[in-house]
Amino acid sequence: MAVTAHVAETTARTLADHLPILLVLVPFCTAPLIVLFGSRRLAWPLAFIASLAAFVIAFLLLLTVREGNFVSYTLGGWAPPLGIEYRVDAANAFVLLLISGIGAITLPFAYVSVKDEVRKRDHTLFYAAWMLCLTGLLGMVVTGDAFNVFVFLEISSLSTYVLVAQGAARDRRALTAAYDYLIMGTIGATFFVIGLGMLYMATGTLNLADLADRIADQGANRTVRSGFAFIIVGMGLKVAMFPLHLWLPKAYTFAPSAVSVLLSATATKAAIYVVLRFTFSVYNPNFSFTTNTLEIIFAPLAIIAMFSASFVAVFQTNFKRMLAYSSIAQVGYILLGIAFLSETGLTAAILHIFNHGITKALLFMGAGALVLRTGGSFYTQAAGLGRKMPITCGAFVIGGLSLIGVPGTAGFLSKFLLVQAALEKAADNAMYLAVAVAIVLSSLLSVVYVWRAIEVLFLQEPDPNSTATEAPLMMLIPMWILAAAVIWFGFSTDFLYDTANQAALGLLDGSKGMLPAAILGGAQ
Amino acid sequence: MIGSFQLDTMTAIYSAMLLPMVAMAGNMAFANLPNIRDIFTLIIATLTFGAILIVLSNEGNGITEAVSLFNVFPGIDVAFNVEPLGLLFALIGSGLWIITHIYGIGYMRGNNEKHHARFFGFFCIAISSVIGIAFASNMFTLFLFYEILTISTYPLVAHKGTPEAIRGARIYMSILIGTSIAFQLTAIIWTYVLSGTLDFTQGGILEGKVAGWIVPVLLGLYAFGIGKAALMPFHKWLPAAMVAPTPVSALLHAVAVVKAGVFTMMKVGVYVFGIDFLAQTGASEWLMWLAAYTIIAASVVALFQDNLKKRLAYSTISQLSYITLGMAMATSMGVLGGSMQIAMHAMGKITLFMCAGAIYVKYHKTEVSQMQGLGRAMPITFGAFLIGSLSIIGLPPLGGSWPKFLLMVGAFETDQLILIGVLILSSLLNVAYMLPIVGRAFFLPAPEGTPTKFAEAPFLVWLPPAMTALGTIALFFFAGNILEFLNPLIQK
Amino acid sequence: MSQFLNFQFLAGHAHYLLFILLMMTGLFIVVDKTNLVKKIVGLNIFQVSVFMFYVSIGKVNGGTAPIFPMDAKYHVDKEAMIGVAYSNPLPHVLILTAIVVGIATTSLGLALIVRIRESFDTIDEEDILSIELQMTYDDNRKYGDAMGGLS
Repeated sequence: MAVTAHVAETTARTLADHLPILLVLVPFCTAPLIVLFGSRRLAWPLAFIASLAAFVIAFLLLLTVREGNFVSYTLGGWAPPLGIEYRVDAANAFVLLLISGIGAITLPFAYVSVKDEVRKRDHTLFYAAWMLCLTGLLGMVVTGDAFNVFVFLEISSLSTYVLVAQGAARDRRALTAAYDYLIMGTIGATFFVIGLGMLYMATGTLNLADLADRIADQGANRTVRSGFAFIIVGMGLKVAMFPLHLWLPKAYTFAPSAVSVLLSATATKAAIYVVLRFTFSVYNPNFSFTTNTLEIIFAPLAIIAMFSASFVAVFQTNFKRMLAYSSIAQVGYILLGIAFLSETGLTAAILHIFNHGITKALLFMGAGALVLRTGGSFYTQAAGLGRKMPITCGAFVIGGLSLIGVPGTAGFLSKFLLVQAALEKAADNAMYLAVAVAIVLSSLLSVVYVWRAIEVLFLQEPDPNSTATEAPLMMLIPMWILAAAVIWFGFSTDFLYDTANQAALGLLDGSKGMLPAAILGGAQ
Repeated sequence: MIGSFQLDTMTAIYSAMLLPMVAMAGNMAFANLPNIRDIFTLIIATLTFGAILIVLSNEGNGITEAVSLFNVFPGIDVAFNVEPLGLLFALIGSGLWIITHIYGIGYMRGNNEKHHARFFGFFCIAISSVIGIAFASNMFTLFLFYEILTISTYPLVAHKGTPEAIRGARIYMSILIGTSIAFQLTAIIWTYVLSGTLDFTQGGILEGKVAGWIVPVLLGLYAFGIGKAALMPFHKWLPAAMVAPTPVSALLHAVAVVKAGVFTMMKVGVYVFGIDFLAQTGASEWLMWLAAYTIIAASVVALFQDNLKKRLAYSTISQLSYITLGMAMATSMGVLGGSMQIAMHAMGKITLFMCAGAIYVKYHKTEVSQMQGLGRAMPITFGAFLIGSLSIIGLPPLGGSWPKFLLMVGAFETDQLILIGVLILSSLLNVAYMLPIVGRAFFLPAPEGTPTKFAEAPFLVWLPPAMTALGTIALFFFAGNILEFLNPLIQK
Repeated sequence: MSQFLNFQFLAGHAHYLLFILLMMTGLFIVVDKTNLVKKIVGLNIFQVSVFMFYVSIGKVNGGTAPIFPMDAKYHVDKEAMIGVAYSNPLPHVLILTAIVVGIATTSLGLALIVRIRESFDTIDEEDILSIELQMTYDDNRKYGDAMGGLS
């Protein structure tokens, strides 16, 4: 660690060395700028530029770390574990890319959608809150300091409550949705803090790498174990892990469409990353309580989520609500992949974080376009719109197919890996055959709910009085970029697969994957 | 090819897959210019067939190395190669596309169907994916195109947009997607986990990797997962899909889709399990009995169908199981007979469906009981129907007789005498449900109001079935060539 | 288990017991009360219990406030530092951040309640739920039978 400090002081730093902090700072500084300018016309371009910049930075970071090394950035030159450290490795660079990418691509969509759905005088503040939300999500993932995770978590959560409440211009239930989310989210975050407090009591440090080191040294004791329980439950609320998902359907349904896009693709994913980081890196997967939690709690709950949420989604009559329930089910797949505790399973989970992110963003964008053109997202309102809005609905179909896991789409590959992981496990334990069957059967439920939506769009008679026309170009372009990405990543996964695999290997290394830079001789 | 112009095999395969896509784009572009649109598609269809012929002239019946287009995961590629069975399937699919397209133009116009451009557009995607299936060199690629085929034919089944069509399309979709995801995908991933590869290899990839109860279970997952092969009890989608316009039923549900199913079944049997491995383990014995049951049961159901297309659909279910049966026998004769049945049944059944469509276009009759005496008005149509029926029944000198003969030889080889009884009984049942249709049309007195003078369907509608009917006769004489062509399948 | 009956052990851990008591009180209020403002109050109590927990874990026996003893000329008085134990300042600092977050949460919650009152005309959860139930019912009547079942 002394070496790190030394290097930090003596090496002249170029801008490239500051990438990890810039990733957070750019959106963070844009938020007050937007408020200070106070101009409705400037708010969107500023936000868009900041998001694009964040995306470019995240991409550069991913290129640096995808070979398995990592970047450690010490804030103010204070060496960890005393100072705050930002640390980027394959696992979080991947999630960072997803979050910043979705952030950048959603904004053009939001431009039209927000004009339609949010009161005019709130636009500037809306984009400021949007930037803060992005800051929080990125910060949560990039930081290597446990308490920093909490701070960023709260930044993102508080701004999310505000964003969800903006749906009130269309439906007042957005307010209560935001309120419910606030209560549950705060309880979750506070649980997380309690867990951190216990970890601090046991180890006297908050740096994640240092924590991992010390926990590995001293082994499990009651404080460490109960800290784990608090952290998992607290983050489970944010992840919408069944049965802690109650806030999600209402929040996604009544939030402005652009916010639903952002949240569905990024918020739960960032929280899942934190869960991953804590279960694998901070706590060693060799601890029996970690393994038990994964096998006895995560796996069954994930399977229940896959079935029950998919089943509920089948009976929805509202696009956004259907998609919200499907999100809960898809989170189940990701958690199941984590619970397998194998290389394939983790790779599948990390890949699914990405694939489901782009898929769900695409689908919510489709729903948002329908809201823009018909004023609501109920099935009856969208009946037969496949003829009037073929380009929008075409993209929606591609997203739907990916959600089912039809080959040739991104969703297929992660599902393929997930089943593969289950069958690999089945060689030792025949129980996992049943798990593989469960994955497959639950994806049949997704066929049903996706197909219901497609039938509504294409096979029902359109309302003769409907004046709906094709969605504006500002919406179509992001949608089709995502649709192309869904198909592209359905065929060529070299880049994604390698990165996800690298991330999985790093995570499975447990605490070793978190060793300080100086010891491993990693990149500075 | 003429002169020095030479196309290498892979380019020909890619162009055979891309050309239908071009045709689809053309359909969308010329949506409002029917003549240009249809002629454009016809030219493309001919070119596609030409591309397949180039593959044939380049490779003959050899088996080529797989060429990868994409790498998906380590060890899994989207890759293509040429082998006799796939080449035969591609030839049938693309060749009959030309004929069906001509027929489709006549049918869609004669019947005043709507949305021609959309109809032909999805048709093109389906053809493209059929060619993809035919040349797939591993199970992953095959599955990819298999699903594209399912999805692209869904709008065709639901084409009329009536509640009945939507209901039919829903059954179609749910069974095909459901079985493929629930069983086939599981089987594919399982195979991958067990053997570490999905490439089609002569002699199979599973030998020595699995044993015991897993083999029949895995085979079962494949057999039921390939819903397109319409093995009972997952056959309901085929009658349900009969709500589609007849060109769809003719090409897709008598040739492309169902043949894609049994083709996959054959590929799994020959190149994934390997027939020797199946014969050693006896894993396919239950499948043999299930196929035999399907043959008889579907024939019996067909006897009681009054709707002509439904009767033909059940007949198809029964005939498809011949191919599954051939694979499940796990003998070289069975495999050859089954593979040949793919070609022979395609030619015969497409004739029958096109005739059914011709009757519908001209007289809007769908029920067998309404067709009394129509033979005098439509002698060409019913003549073609008679030839097609005889081929399905398996009478020489028609193509359909050879596969039955080979299957019987296969049954003798394995000492399954009951199977010979099944095959004979099935032929008798075929006679019982096919010939009365023709008999009614020619010999029963026509009810009042039926024209007794010559009044055929439009030219473009009766010509294609007449051509394919002649084709079934021709196939009888070329059977030896096909047999020789397929020989690499059974070589070690 | 016997150590829980040990008076000295209990007395030594009294602050934990108080913290748990306060935390459960807060959670109970959040769950039980239907008044939205009271829920926020409960949430505050819940959070405060965690703050107190954090402050208590920084305590070192016999420790003093963690301030460097300095003379007027800003030189560290090294003599005075020997043998002096300090409480751990880090949890206290951390909790400052958490307090700020808590205040932000409270104010946001209250702001939401104001808006809820404006549009629902009530801040009682049960009333709101019945209004929302009615809204859902209306939605379903208007848009519900779109699919005509799954048959």
